[in-house]
Amino acid sequence: MQCMKEHRLLFVKHMNSWVVEAENLHKTFAWTPVLRGVSCTISAGEAVGIFGPNGAGKTTFLRVLATLLKPSSGTLTLFERPAQETAVRRRLGFLGHDSFLYPDLTPIENLTFYAKAYQLENPGPRIDSVLAQVGLQDWAKTPLRTFSRGMEQRLALARALLHEPDLLLLDEPYTGLDQDAVKLLQTILMQAKGAGKTIVFATHDFELGLALCSRAVIFKRGQLVWQSPTPPVSVSEFSKLYTDVTQHSALSTQH
Amino acid sequence: MWAVLWKDVLLELRTKERLASFFVLAVLIVLVFVFALGPEQAENPEIGAALLWVGLLFAGMLSLQRTFLIEQERGCLSGLLLCPIDPSELFLAKLLGNICFLSIVEALVVPITILFFGLPISWSLLALPVVLLLGIIGFSALGTLFSAIAVRTRAREVIFPLLLLPLLIPLLLAAVQITTAILIGEDWTGIWLRVLVAFDVIFVVAGWLLFPQVVYE
Repeated sequence: MQCMKEHRLLFVKHMNSWVVEAENLHKTFAWTPVLRGVSCTISAGEAVGIFGPNGAGKTTFLRVLATLLKPSSGTLTLFERPAQETAVRRRLGFLGHDSFLYPDLTPIENLTFYAKAYQLENPGPRIDSVLAQVGLQDWAKTPLRTFSRGMEQRLALARALLHEPDLLLLDEPYTGLDQDAVKLLQTILMQAKGAGKTIVFATHDFELGLALCSRAVIFKRGQLVWQSPTPPVSVSEFSKLYTDVTQHSALSTQH
Repeated sequence: MWAVLWKDVLLELRTKERLASFFVLAVLIVLVFVFALGPEQAENPEIGAALLWVGLLFAGMLSLQRTFLIEQERGCLSGLLLCPIDPSELFLAKLLGNICFLSIVEALVVPITILFFGLPISWSLLALPVVLLLGIIGFSALGTLFSAIAVRTRAREVIFPLLLLPLLIPLLLAAVQITTAILIGEDWTGIWLRVLVAFDVIFVVAGWLLFPQVVYE
């Protein structure tokens, strides 16, 4: 009985544990503020959709979360550890505008390199598995340079998923993908969400974004100006709300 | 660290960009000097040693500059920084790769230079690989660090030699003096060898320490 109680306590602790704790994050590029005091917490298993107009700071925020950019001020904790720790990066997967893949290498070689860099043991089956997951198993030995934009994006997703990260950061993941690839990506992300992975993504696609996220946030001029624990039910409703929020400067939170 | 080195070697085997361009340029520089100088001047060990090193440094710069250029396409540098690899280890991996590539090309270019310049061939030449390796280590350490700095700048082709060449002067001085002593058959283990070793130690350690500050935006 005591053991069960301890297990339940541990489970509750896990459910409430913060994957991301950002406090008053600022980022400035050449005296231009790009992030202006962003604070938020994201718990394990959440799927957070970041929406906002161009130049709102979505990409910068995701790159700060991915530890690729150091915030100019403010504190960032990932998995309850300082974000600068090398070990934290093992638990992050990032899909950005660039694929981070070498065009002169084949998909197998690219993924083998990343598997070695992440020190995966026996990476062969895992590489085959992610290639099959993104539908590129027949292209495994074809140089990447011959790939279309969509195929490269799928391989970039395979790279991001390779080491089974606990936090998946995606910057406009649907961009440049055809309808089949979008469906495939959405299925993979839904599976990851179902498996309890934490997902933070930025997109301009309300329909796909709202279908995936468990919480929507809106960025405007480097600030998180609106957030909701549950996304509005319809795309049209969110669209109206988005227009209202991005055209007015007042900060608001819907609970 | 070994993963990055493995990837760099694989990329080079696939493209042969760095080895081929370094080799061709180094041989061309040597040939230009051979034609520019008369046979008597070219056979002078002091001139031969100086031109050997000038040729290697100028051609080597082209190769070193590509250290982080290959990471620019498709944002691969960000991919490297995402991996749980300490940035200092990344520096060491890139440094080791550069030492390997430069050593391979120098092993081919130096005999060609000795042959073209008609430099004296003797047993003392057996010491030449030691000096070449020491020179390559210091050159690569500085080049690797500055390649990471220059790659983020717009005028990287100009910035890289502007940063690198002034700091290479002590290395060039020491390497030429030691090479001349070897070609003449004199003792080469004097003060200049210590200068060369000190240069290597200073810039390998400086690169290892500074690289994490340099590599992040």
